[in-house]
Amino acid sequence: MSPPDPRLQLLNITKRYPSVVANSDVSLTVMPGEIHAILGENGAGKSTLMKIIYGAVKADEGEVMWNGRQVAVANPAQARKLGIGMVFQHFSLFETLTVVENIALVLDEPFDLAALAKRVTEVSERYGLPLDPFRLVHSLSVGERQRVEIVRCLLQDPKLLILDEPTSVLTPQAVLKLFETLRQLSAEGVSILYISHKLHEIQALCDSATIMRGGKVTGNAIPKDETPASLARLMIGRELPVCEAPLYTGDSRPVLEIAGLSQVSDDPFGTTLHDISLTVQAGEIVGIAGISGNGQAELLAALSGESTTARETVRLDGEAIGHLDAGRRRDRGLVFVPEERLGRGAVPALPLSRNALLTAHRQGMKRWGLVDYAKARAFAEQCIARFDVRCGGAGSAARSLSGGNLQKFIVGREIMLAPKLMIVAQPTWGVDVGAAAFLRQTLLDLSRTGVAILVVSEELEELFEISDRIAVLAAGRLSEAKPKADTDAESIGLQMSGLSNEKTPESGHAHP
Amino acid sequence: MHILEPRAQPSQLMRWTAPLIAILATLTAGSFLFWLLDKSPLESFHVFFVEPLTTSYGWSELLIKASPLILIAQGLAIGFKARIYNIGAEGQLIIGALFGGGIAIHFDGVDATWLIPAMVVAGALGGALWGALPALLKTRFNAEETLTTLMLTYVAGFIMAYMVNGPWRDPEGMNFPQSIMFGDGALFGILFDGSRVNTSIFITLAVVLAFWLFNARSFLAYQIEVGGQAPAASRYAGFSAKQTVWFSLVMSGLTAGLAGVGEVAGPVGQLNLNISPGYGFAAIIVAYLGRLHALGIVLAGFLMALIYLGGEAAQVSLQLPAAITGIFQGMLLFFLLGADAFIDNKLRRPAFGS
Repeated sequence: MSPPDPRLQLLNITKRYPSVVANSDVSLTVMPGEIHAILGENGAGKSTLMKIIYGAVKADEGEVMWNGRQVAVANPAQARKLGIGMVFQHFSLFETLTVVENIALVLDEPFDLAALAKRVTEVSERYGLPLDPFRLVHSLSVGERQRVEIVRCLLQDPKLLILDEPTSVLTPQAVLKLFETLRQLSAEGVSILYISHKLHEIQALCDSATIMRGGKVTGNAIPKDETPASLARLMIGRELPVCEAPLYTGDSRPVLEIAGLSQVSDDPFGTTLHDISLTVQAGEIVGIAGISGNGQAELLAALSGESTTARETVRLDGEAIGHLDAGRRRDRGLVFVPEERLGRGAVPALPLSRNALLTAHRQGMKRWGLVDYAKARAFAEQCIARFDVRCGGAGSAARSLSGGNLQKFIVGREIMLAPKLMIVAQPTWGVDVGAAAFLRQTLLDLSRTGVAILVVSEELEELFEISDRIAVLAAGRLSEAKPKADTDAESIGLQMSGLSNEKTPESGHAHP
Repeated sequence: MHILEPRAQPSQLMRWTAPLIAILATLTAGSFLFWLLDKSPLESFHVFFVEPLTTSYGWSELLIKASPLILIAQGLAIGFKARIYNIGAEGQLIIGALFGGGIAIHFDGVDATWLIPAMVVAGALGGALWGALPALLKTRFNAEETLTTLMLTYVAGFIMAYMVNGPWRDPEGMNFPQSIMFGDGALFGILFDGSRVNTSIFITLAVVLAFWLFNARSFLAYQIEVGGQAPAASRYAGFSAKQTVWFSLVMSGLTAGLAGVGEVAGPVGQLNLNISPGYGFAAIIVAYLGRLHALGIVLAGFLMALIYLGGEAAQVSLQLPAAITGIFQGMLLFFLLGADAFIDNKLRRPAFGS
């Protein structure tokens, strides 16, 4: 008996764009039931390669073999027909439709919504991705939206499942559960292409790995036989950067004080905040762990001033600011980096110079109600240079930047406002390894100059790397912030999932 | 299937070329229309777009029609940038005319230098008031301003009809629904003998300069633009959405009110039911055709005024119906919006099989 044909084989794939060669002579082989990692930084060409497999992009050269036969995947519909499912890093969901309607949209056959909803519930429970099929997508958190994407693929019985950075929004326990699911799928013969830059996950999960850098394959490895350092070298061409957290030696005083903050969400699917209390001192970074949708958006809005609360519940440097709007809080030294970069942290169509003005207008950029655009431009240029923002200059529209570079710009802009308090949501979401390390180090350095920093993140590793104390926000309740040394990922993960499964702990156990 | 997908960086050059493309497309479609009506396209265009400009009187009429269009469009452009769609400038113009005209009627026979300035102020206030109503409804009850401004236009029309049929009807006007003719003291001075061009164009000139400065340099204009393009970014930065609603609706009402005074204290000379041939609506097209830019609006205002003049000429010389003016206005807006769609988006053809 001859060995089985590979499920998927790519031979010498090349894809050129006008300014860049995204893939150059890339070959890889995935066997049935194999979990294969594609390891590489943002911009390494992973996404383009996956889009070629999925039929969203056409390769200039090279061949795609599916179960031993050459195929030309013309479009995603055809890819799905072949049995290729993909969970994108950037979600493709219609916000005004419900979960089940979104899922129905990609099915190529007629459907019965009620029956489909039942299947959605079944599949989502089986794989530990709880979902209410009748909720509108716009009310879902980023984490929940990703669940929709995963369940949507699983419903189509894929033979090859492509997952693009799927674990960034999961608790450590949920990651283990997802891995179980993926191993189960692999035992059923489903091949999995797993895109990630998290080395320990790849070592824990994957049978083999193709490592890419600059559009080329730089190595093939059996992850279990490698060390994180050797994988990192293949991936970024040097050692993985490590953040340094020096001791803070300046004066310690409470900068942000939250006391008994409770707030009912305006959004019917929002999370109500229950009696939240937290103090952030000058010179420290406090991390808030938890999965999106547990009150993160509501807490951040209440702190930034995008929604106002009772006067005494939020204090900045001793002054009650709960009733002040975002502009007035900024006047008093608060800065904020939101999770959504385009449309909230920056205006998509406006150039960076005008996006600088959005929050930096307090830096002497206006007089008599008139704007000094030369100053705004100089500010933007300084920010671009200091924070290594890769773009076409201060005149580039915000939406023309990659996610990581726009994040560097927004973080840079807020840091240059010389804040007393900095609030950051998901500081390194979608940012490549090198830039993420840079951003984390920047936050650490800023805190050691006496700035109080509050970081809300779904990435536990990140919080452990930069935070002095960590609290968990689950089901709208905030746990006590514990010094990093007194806690670990496992207990934080338990709090994240434990509370989020039991929405109302006092009303008994509602979960099977 | 073709899909429009947003361009990362829409071309600024194309943004300003789009009106020219729209004009060309309008002319092309227009010649087809003339051909269908058995008129020679070339001759028709000559009547429509060239003949009105062959006399100095024609030029003066162009100025008279362009002035209110430009004035109103300046105010509307502010709101449109904020995505506050005031489509009821016609009503604000009528109320402005009523307020200004009321002063003229009340002080009939008084020949004082303060009369015209008082009428201008009253007209501005009246228009601003009529713009403030939808602002109140929107900020207080979240009522859609596109509906309320349009509905209030009809209310304004009926108020005008009531006033010129009732309290302010000219006793010697043979029962026509119109007020007395204003006295000389309540009319803008004529600038050139033999024409109807009057000093109200200085108001337009001042407004254009003020709005140009406002758009180019003011922080408020920036806030308005951010609020229109990305409401979440506006909240994030702490800009007030209500302030934007109030400012843009009141300002656009104010400029429309000024235009109303300009008409009744200018070429019309009294209050009646025909003080405006739809300037308030045509100004919407002028604002977009001028790219919501103060100086662009000036050019667009002259083009729209030419369409008005050409439409009149076409009725007289070619026996075409009055609707021809509206058809040309409509085509212009249609082609402009079409061109804009392709500037902001690109057409993507999925690679089927190939």
